[in-house]
Amino acid sequence: MRKQVGLLYTLPQILWLVVFFAAPLCIIVMYSFLKKGLYGGVELQFSLEAYTAMANPNIVLVTWRTLKISIIATVLTLLIALPCGYSIARSKNQAIRLFLVIVPFWTNFLVRIYAWIAIMGNEGFLNDILRALRLTTESVQFLYNQAAVILVLVYMYLPYAILPLFSTIDKFDFTLLDAARDLGATRFQSYVRVLLPNIKGGLVTAGLFTFVPIFGAYAVPLLIGGKDSYMLGNIIADQLTKTRNWPLASSISMTVTVLTTGLVFLIAMRKPREQKQVFDADPAFLQVAPDGKR
Amino acid sequence: MKGADVNIEGVSKFFGSFQALKNVSLSISKGEFFSLLGPSGCGKTTVLRLIGGFEDPDSGSIAIDGKSVAGLPPDKRRCNTVFQSYALFPHLSVFENVAFPLRIRKVPQQLVREKVMHYLSLVQLEMHAPKKPSQLSGGQRQRVAIARALINEPSILLLDEPLSALDAKLRQHMLMELDTIHDKVGITFIYVTHDQQEALSVSDRIAVMNMGEVLQIGTPRQIYENPATEFVARFIGETNVFNLKIISVDGTKIRGETEGLGSMFVDDETDAKPGEMVLATIRPEKIRISTEIPETNGGRINILHGFVAEPIYSGFQTKYVVQLDTGMLVTVYRQHANWSEGIPDIEWKDEVYLSFSAADMVIVETQGQ
Ligand SMILES: Nc1ncnc2c1ncn2[C@@H]1O[C@H](COP(=O)(O)OP(=O)(O)OP(=O)(O)O)[C@@H](O)[C@H]1O
Ligand SMILES: [Mg+2]
Repeated sequence: MRKQVGLLYTLPQILWLVVFFAAPLCIIVMYSFLKKGLYGGVELQFSLEAYTAMANPNIVLVTWRTLKISIIATVLTLLIALPCGYSIARSKNQAIRLFLVIVPFWTNFLVRIYAWIAIMGNEGFLNDILRALRLTTESVQFLYNQAAVILVLVYMYLPYAILPLFSTIDKFDFTLLDAARDLGATRFQSYVRVLLPNIKGGLVTAGLFTFVPIFGAYAVPLLIGGKDSYMLGNIIADQLTKTRNWPLASSISMTVTVLTTGLVFLIAMRKPREQKQVFDADPAFLQVAPDGKR
Repeated sequence: MKGADVNIEGVSKFFGSFQALKNVSLSISKGEFFSLLGPSGCGKTTVLRLIGGFEDPDSGSIAIDGKSVAGLPPDKRRCNTVFQSYALFPHLSVFENVAFPLRIRKVPQQLVREKVMHYLSLVQLEMHAPKKPSQLSGGQRQRVAIARALINEPSILLLDEPLSALDAKLRQHMLMELDTIHDKVGITFIYVTHDQQEALSVSDRIAVMNMGEVLQIGTPRQIYENPATEFVARFIGETNVFNLKIISVDGTKIRGETEGLGSMFVDDETDAKPGEMVLATIRPEKIRISTEIPETNGGRINILHGFVAEPIYSGFQTKYVVQLDTGMLVTVYRQHANWSEGIPDIEWKDEVYLSFSAADMVIVETQGQ
């Protein structure tokens, strides 16, 4: 009985996953092993061409760059999210602050990117101010480089890092910090030695929640970035819409998917590291009577 | 002496508009086992947090060994705390928990080992060194917390209800162990508890608190035998309180009158004048209960009459709740020391006489309720 009810509840989810996730994924895997059609699409003929084509120095370069941008953006996001999550968890009006974190989600992703263009563009708000202050006469080019892409990516994914960090820190017992201070730790030492090890789970989740979507970023580098900030997501789109090499688009997608899921698995499967074994060298320490008395 | 003395003078502490401490003054000497006793929420933890440096007083001053500690952060004070919830680091083993203060000070590994094992053996936990705190029992956790607080060799150990999570038997055992540790290390212990039995059995002196105020400071005997206020009398052990109208005062010999019970003798000091009302208390174990009218032989003995409303047998003694003719309830303890000698048993509904000496009565202040 019980088993059947469970199945009934999960059935919609399973269906949803099959239709919208597993099936498209299968199609992409299939396409990546086929020959490219002349005007887009594929020919039903097995080929590894799409994978060998990835050795193209340009694609290697962009993969490398994507990795670099993702890591920098993730680290920056975590560095900002950590104090944010901490202060929300310790604050008396958590609800209001959490609400403020979530507010940006109400505005469309693209609209928020255009907002950045309105602020930092050549004719944007920031340049208007600089000109008004007579600091410059020409417009300063803030956009269309890697730094701008990283800035906007950090902005976009900050809430995804703050929320899991908040929920972990909220469960943290803050008297542990008092205890650390009591035992001689400075404020900074108490954070590094007591807070961080105890919220590792939240840090990992926050890191994944930012790294994985940033690794597949498309719109931000397209609209904010320049030549030096083309990412894998943009190459995939180009192969689909401009070059019309669907198998190559599929094989690159597969690479992104495998890399990111690989990372997730690596972290999820990682065994919790054992405590430093103080007794390794000297088992004589344990030569005491079983009741603990010498 | 290894300990330090603590001087708290006129300290007040507000949380928002709520006053948690009202003009608290305590002077604790070197090596003393000093207890703060009071009901939940009376401000005991707040006093400890002020001494430990986790809160700052809004007024008044705190000095350790004669030097003001104002503005000194917790890591710079010579006291360590055993927290109410132990606050063991869940990510570290028992060994590393105790080693934590040494790791902060970058003590060499060899010395860390020696010291940690020394302090773990002091609390008899060497066997459990590699375990995580979550794998320990409540009593063991508490001992880890004590070892960790002692390893820095502080001058003052602050203990915040360290036994409250333990069952009665283990509690008694740990209490004696704490006492032994105190004798061994010889430092000042400031011990917070809401359990009067705990405080009475180990403390050199006790401060009784209520609603942010210190009501009385004294040795366990002083606090029990000579409570200053009605609250202290009722909070420490059980007591019977009579509203007494003073009729005559002759030195410490007081004669009064209780409504419906007639005149009553009390031997105690009082500022009250004839005609004024005071509260006179008598401890239940100081009242004799008998079925026949007792002899007074002309002494200053008070005798009351009533019947047993409730006998409560508890092994070593029986507690009788006696209803007087006026309807007032009086509690009496009768020890069973010579039960076998055939003293007639007193049972439910028996008519009884209660007698107690004027010398055993204590006049207390009404305030501090
Ligand atoms: N950080 C705080 N903010 C607001 N009020 C507080 C704070 N800390 C303590 N209080 C209040 O101060 C009073 C005294 O608290 P304290 O923790 O000192 O009590 P306690 O005597 O240790 O009680 P318990 O025996 O329950 O531990 C309580 O009424 C409590 O609500
Ligand atoms: Mg408390």
